[in-house]
Amino acid sequence: MSGTHAETVAYVADTQYDPEPAPSSSTGPIAWMRESLFSSWTNAGLTILCIALIAWIVPAILEWAVFQSVWNAKSLSECREIIATRFGEGAHGACWAVINERFGQLLYGFYPADLRWRPDTAALLLVVALVPILFRTMRPLVYAMAGLIAVKVVFAIAWTLMGDDGMDFLLSPTTFVALVVGGLAFVFGSEAVKSKWLYFTLAYPLIAYFLLWGGLIFEPVRSSLFGGFLLTMIIGVTGIAGSLPIGILLALGRQSRLPVLKMVCVTFIEFIRGVPLITLLFVASTLLNYFLPPGTNFDLILRVLIMVTLFASAYMAEVVRGGLAALPRGQYEAADTLGLTYWQGMRLIILPQALKISIPGIVNTFIGLFKDTTLVAVIGLLDPLGLTNPIRSDANWNGIVWELYGFIALLFFICCWSMSRYSMLLEKRLRASDRR
Amino acid sequence: MSVVTNPDAPTFRLDMLWRDERYRSGFIQAITMIILMLVVAWLVNNTVQNLAALGKDFNFSFLWQPAGYDINQQLIPYRSTDSNARAALVGIINTLVVAGLGCITATVLGIIAGVARLSKNWLIAKLMTVYVEGFRNVPVLLWILLTATVVNESLPAPRAFRDLETGAVVATNRGIYIPRPLFESGWLVLLIIAALSIAGAVLFSRYTKRHQEATGSQLPELGNAVRWIIAGTVGLISGVVIANVLFTLLSFTPLEEGNTIIVALGSAASLVLALAVVRWAANAQVAGLMIIILVVPTVVFYFLLGRPITLEYPTLQGFNFQGGIQLRDSLIALWLALSLYTGAFIAEIVRAGILSVSHGQSEAAFALGLRPNRTMKLVILPQALRVIVPPLISQFLNLTKNSSLAIAVGYMDATGTLGGITLNQTGREMECILLLMGFYLVLSLLISLVMNIYNSHVRLVER
Repeated sequence: MSGTHAETVAYVADTQYDPEPAPSSSTGPIAWMRESLFSSWTNAGLTILCIALIAWIVPAILEWAVFQSVWNAKSLSECREIIATRFGEGAHGACWAVINERFGQLLYGFYPADLRWRPDTAALLLVVALVPILFRTMRPLVYAMAGLIAVKVVFAIAWTLMGDDGMDFLLSPTTFVALVVGGLAFVFGSEAVKSKWLYFTLAYPLIAYFLLWGGLIFEPVRSSLFGGFLLTMIIGVTGIAGSLPIGILLALGRQSRLPVLKMVCVTFIEFIRGVPLITLLFVASTLLNYFLPPGTNFDLILRVLIMVTLFASAYMAEVVRGGLAALPRGQYEAADTLGLTYWQGMRLIILPQALKISIPGIVNTFIGLFKDTTLVAVIGLLDPLGLTNPIRSDANWNGIVWELYGFIALLFFICCWSMSRYSMLLEKRLRASDRR
Repeated sequence: MSVVTNPDAPTFRLDMLWRDERYRSGFIQAITMIILMLVVAWLVNNTVQNLAALGKDFNFSFLWQPAGYDINQQLIPYRSTDSNARAALVGIINTLVVAGLGCITATVLGIIAGVARLSKNWLIAKLMTVYVEGFRNVPVLLWILLTATVVNESLPAPRAFRDLETGAVVATNRGIYIPRPLFESGWLVLLIIAALSIAGAVLFSRYTKRHQEATGSQLPELGNAVRWIIAGTVGLISGVVIANVLFTLLSFTPLEEGNTIIVALGSAASLVLALAVVRWAANAQVAGLMIIILVVPTVVFYFLLGRPITLEYPTLQGFNFQGGIQLRDSLIALWLALSLYTGAFIAEIVRAGILSVSHGQSEAAFALGLRPNRTMKLVILPQALRVIVPPLISQFLNLTKNSSLAIAVGYMDATGTLGGITLNQTGREMECILLLMGFYLVLSLLISLVMNIYNSHVRLVER
């Protein structure tokens, strides 16, 4: 049979041919463009429209922000002169000199310049306090500290070369703290001893308080001098740290079978969620003193901290409640069956799962809270947005708008965006643990 | 086997209050109640003492005293001699105006951006991602301040319109002017006729639905002549509308160069659009008839009654525009900023909603032979909406609360009047903030009520 077949057929392939590559029209950049940019007439039109838009906006922004910008000047008018002489009359350019000159103020407000190492150290220690919560080992802390010292060395060398004094910058207290902490984390950083670092996290609020406000061995600093990004961080971090535990308690209270407890929690949550934060801040700035015993007067920032924490905890409670409600009933029943008490069951079985489900919501609440800290500008605190007014009322910088707002927007964008990226990472990691 | 014994109830001991199931819940609740009452009593006591020390009392009579300040944006008549209560009402209406406008535009923006993020077009999807991430990660207060700057700096001053023909809408850096409707005798009749034609359209849509369920086709077969009459009428209506919109847009800002090109392009585009509408109306008879029912009687009676409602256009007089309704630059900035900011959040909600409908649903719809737009309308959207609407409404709530940041750009909303100037002038912090919080609380409870009603409505549709 096969023999006849071979004779009647003119050509029989007896070896395997290498596969031909796919036609160029179905792979590679051309296919991709066809598929995702010009798949139909409407799509092609839209693509061209978008390209035109980008070609119009992006060069204009780049020209303003980068190519025709000025970094060193004493005032806005000087900036404009430099731009006019360098790039011709009518050229528009950013005057980043204002950021350059007021950088310290935008970061620390009116915190005394010679004491600014204290907020720096507090920020550094915040990282130390956060790493054991956020990561599995202390390894990231080692990298962060090494990176910080490397950056400092580079800057110090650069400044020394440029004729400024770079050694001061390098020999600041933060460098030593970074060295010590980095070394400790390198030696005692394994997963097994990581939990010991959590004691530091617990002690951190107290340490930060003494560093920032002063007291004990430190020279006290009036809180009315706090401002800039420092204030944002104080309010944001306190609100975040305080709202999670209170929010969890409120959520448990709202789920409780005890009607009185439930009613109290529901009323609190719904009331706080029903009013804008700004009215609560008004309460903090004008009303809170009425509610406290006559003669009590504590500083505005503390009052704001209380209100912001309460505000965020109501939102947190709703997020956690969502997580609690999403757990199957069987988990609650299993906890009861094992003979665990209410708190044991919650701590060991329910909350770990419920919190895991609600991580995206929790981080969203954090981001929202962090952004909402700008509202304190309305009641006269000098957060970065609040600082734009004193800066602009300076005769040198009168009329500067875009550069300030742009810089502040960038700061917030970096913080909030990295938070949302971290939550995505965490979600992915936790989802992987669900897969078997 | 086992002998069930009923042991005597043990005698009551004190530790049973928190160890025994029977007493525990009552005990905890009683303790909570007592602590709560003590705290409230302590707060009230402190407040009374503090108020007495300051020589203040707690009453609301200041609301009926003259306010003594002006409000630049007002929907109801208000003068500075009017009472504080009236000023608060103006502020409340302003809050509702900006919240309502913001919700509408934020929804439109959010739906467009959310759908566009899922677009197969890579460039559009990426652009929309930039928009969403950019707006979500920067504080709304910053956006409001930035938009206010943009509005003030990019729109022309009124004098730029000096020698130009202006139309119905004028955008200047002092605000946007829109026409003011002037009502003359007979407007009520016209309104009733408009209401009747809306009712007629509803009845007609019910009729077509019933007809479709009974026979399978939406309408009895219509002759070609009737179809083209429908198409022609709708085409005429849309042509007039498009021409009007075009003219309005043209007189929007002073365009000196390139006016002819824009006019030519605009006319060509409107011609194509009108033809497309005619073609569409010839096919979609129900929609075409609906437009006729809605528009034709009102238009006919509008002219029969001798034009009872006319529009007063803004005109340049001296250094500013007179006539028309002025939407202040602060309102425009706040509206724009809130819409863009909330729009970014809504885009994410819409995207999540559409992604939540399983792919099999659209495949099944295609397999049944449904066209893409009907698949969207009949299969995807009803299921996606169930996921979209609850968070959407809570975004509306957020927008309403964020509108209190109006104070940063000087728009006089409830916070600016009641919680701002009235508070500062009368020194009645307690009463003002209580009223302000009460207003926002009522508003948000109303919105949550709507949400709950919608949720239960949707749940009924389920199996």
